[in-house]
Amino acid sequence: MIGLQILVDGFAISALYALGAMGFTLIFGVSGVLNLTHGALMVMAAVAAWAASALFGLGSYAGAAIGILCGLAGALVTYFAVVAPIERSRAIPREEKEIFVLTGTLLWGIMIQELVAYFFTDNPKTVLPIVEGVFEIAGVRTPRNQVFTAVICWIVIGLLWLFVNRARAGKVLLAASMNPRGVTLLGHDMGKIYVAVWAIYGLLAGTAGVLLGMFLGVSSYSVGPLTASAFSIVVLGGLGSVTGSLIAAYVVGYLETATAYLISPAYRVIPALLLLVAVMYLRPQGLLGRR
Amino acid sequence: MSETVRAAARVAPIRRTLPALIAAGLVAAGPVRAADPIRIGVIAEAQSVAGASIPQAVQLAADEINAKGGIDGRQIQVVTYDNKSSASDAVRAFQRAVSEDKVNLVIASYISEVVLALMPWAARLKTPMITPGAASNEISVAVHKDYARNKYTFHGYLTSHALAQAVCDSAKEVLVEKLKAKTAAIMSEDAAWTRPLDAAYQECLPKSGLKVVEHVRFSPDTGDFTPIYNKIEAAKPDLIVTGIAHVGVQPTVQWQNQQVPIAMTGISGQATSSTFWANTNGGTQGVLFDSVALPGVALTEKTIPFGEAFAKRFGGAPSYAGFMAYDAVYYSAEAIKRAGSTEADKLVEALEKTDYVGTVGHLKFYGKDDPFTHSIQYGPGLMTSVLGQWQNGKQVAIWPAATANGTMILPPAVKPAVQ
Repeated sequence: MIGLQILVDGFAISALYALGAMGFTLIFGVSGVLNLTHGALMVMAAVAAWAASALFGLGSYAGAAIGILCGLAGALVTYFAVVAPIERSRAIPREEKEIFVLTGTLLWGIMIQELVAYFFTDNPKTVLPIVEGVFEIAGVRTPRNQVFTAVICWIVIGLLWLFVNRARAGKVLLAASMNPRGVTLLGHDMGKIYVAVWAIYGLLAGTAGVLLGMFLGVSSYSVGPLTASAFSIVVLGGLGSVTGSLIAAYVVGYLETATAYLISPAYRVIPALLLLVAVMYLRPQGLLGRR
Repeated sequence: MSETVRAAARVAPIRRTLPALIAAGLVAAGPVRAADPIRIGVIAEAQSVAGASIPQAVQLAADEINAKGGIDGRQIQVVTYDNKSSASDAVRAFQRAVSEDKVNLVIASYISEVVLALMPWAARLKTPMITPGAASNEISVAVHKDYARNKYTFHGYLTSHALAQAVCDSAKEVLVEKLKAKTAAIMSEDAAWTRPLDAAYQECLPKSGLKVVEHVRFSPDTGDFTPIYNKIEAAKPDLIVTGIAHVGVQPTVQWQNQQVPIAMTGISGQATSSTFWANTNGGTQGVLFDSVALPGVALTEKTIPFGEAFAKRFGGAPSYAGFMAYDAVYYSAEAIKRAGSTEADKLVEALEKTDYVGTVGHLKFYGKDDPFTHSIQYGPGLMTSVLGQWQNGKQVAIWPAATANGTMILPPAVKPAVQ
C-alpha cells in the first residue's frame, strides 16, 4: 500500500516540478538566460491568486486566472526591466553579461520576495482549490486536487510540446534555441522571439505557482527553494533540454517522495541533492545533455 | 531621521507623529528630565502572523496609557525593530535599542530561539526584557539557575510545560470525557519550545486518559505533510495533539484537503490569529487549539474591550502574543510607577511583584525559588487557557465551560467512533 501511495504522491509532485522547470529550461534554451527570479515569480502568482480568492472573494477560477496573469506580467517585467537592459548595455563587457543577468535576476527575485513578505506577511498562503474532496483507490486516499494538479500540468506540458513541434511560431522558437544567427538570417526578429519566450515562460511559471499554492501552499520563504529545485532539475536533465527536464523532474519527485515515506520527511531533499552532485561529477552535461 | 521617529511615522498617523518629533527633539536636546518619555523597545517578527501583533498591541497599550497622562506624567514611546525571525537581527536590534535609542525596557519576540539569544544581552546590558510569546522552559529555567545574571529576563508567557498542562486539562474535560477519545498522536515541529512541550505531553496525556500511540517530530521547513499524516493514521489514534507555531498553514490545509479522519487539537500558534482563516482559505474549519485568550470571550473585563480596540485599529484580532504584549505594557507601567524609577534593578524588583489582572487572567510571576523563575504562573484563579475551535470563519471558545460561547462541532471527515 505504501508503494501505491508513493506512486500516486510522487506522480503529482513530479508533474508540478516538471511544469515549473519547463519554462526555466525554455528561457535558457532560447536566450541563454539563467533566470533566478523563477521562484519569486511562482510565489507572486500564487499569492496573487490567494489574495484574489481569500481577500477579495473572487472565487477559485478568477483567482487562478489572476494568478496566472500575474505570472505573465511578472515575467515580462523581468525581461524588460532587468534582462533586456543588461543585454543591451554597452557599459557591460560582453563576456560579463551572463554574470550580470544572473545577479540582476537574483536581486530582482529577492526584491519580489521582500515585497510579498512586506505586504502579505511571510506566512504561507494556500490558494482556494478548484476541486475539493478525496478519491479512495485501493485503500489509498488521494485529494482530488492532487490529481487535478497532475492532469493540468500534463495538459499544459502537452500543449507546449504541440506548439513547439507543430505550430509554425513554435518551430521558429525551437530553431532559435538551436541557431539564433540562422533564424535572424531567415528574417525573424530575435527581439520579438525573446518577448514571446518570456511570455510563454510567464504563463508556465504562473500556472505552476498557482497549482503549487493549491496543492501545498507557498510563502515568501519558498522563493529560494523553488528556484533551487528548478535549477537542479534543469542541471540534472541537461541545460536547455526540455525532455531531459521532464525526466529529471520525475527522478527528483519520486526520489523525494520515496525518501519522505521510507526514511523520514525531514530528509526529503537530501538524496536528490546527492544525486545532483553525483551527476555533476560523472555526467556534467546532464542526463540527456543539451539538445 | 532617528529610528524612533521613523518607527513612529510608520505606525502612527500624522497627528501622532508631531508629538513624537517633538519628543525626539527633547531627547536630543538635553540630559534626562522627569518629563522625559519612557522608552519601550519592541523586537519582534513583524512579518509573521503571530509576531505582527506584538508591536501593534504594544503601541495600542502605550497610546492608551499616554492618553490618560502617561506614567507619572511621562509619556511612553515605542521603538520598533523587525527581527525578521532571525536571532542575529534581534541581537543587533537589542544592542541598538539599548546603546543608541536608550530604551528602558524591551518586549521581545514569540520565538524561543530568539529570546534565548537575547537573554545574555539583557544580562550584559542590564536591561529588563519581557517575552510575550516564547514558550521554551529553558528561558525561565536559565533565570532560576543563574538568577543574579539572568534576572533581567521575564518570561511573560506560559512555559512549554504549562502549555502542555493546559492542553491536557482541556483534552481531559472535553475530548476524553465527551468524545470518549482514548489514544493520541503527538505531532510537533522541531524547535526549542517543543522539546519540553513534547516531554510534558508524554507525561500528562496518559494522566488525562489518552495513551500516546505515535510521536512525530518534523522539520519546520517540511514541504508536504502527506507522509506524516499517513504515518499517524497507521497508528490509529483518536486525536492528533499538535505543537506547532513556526508552521501552521500547510499541516492544517493538508489535514483538511486529505480529509484526515482524526480530530486535531493542541497548540497551534498561528491558529490563534484571526488571519489564519484567510491564509488557509477556510482549511482551518474544525481545528481545535489552546490559546491564552480569544476575541469575544470575556476571560476578564479587559479581554473584549482590548480585542475590539485592536480590531478597530488594525483590522483583525490579535494573536496570542498580542494579548500577552498588551498586558506586558500595562504591568510594566505599574511596575515603573511602583519603583518610581526606570533604573533596571529597581524595575526588575518591581516587575517581580506584578499582581495584575490583564486580558488573559490574573498575572503573577513565579519567584526565585521556583524552577520556572520569572514565568507567568499557571492555574485556576491565575492565568489558564481557552480551548478554541475554528467554525465558519470564527474562533469559538468551547472550554472552560464558564467562558465558553459555543459547542464543539467536528468536521464530517473525522471518524464517527471519535464523535
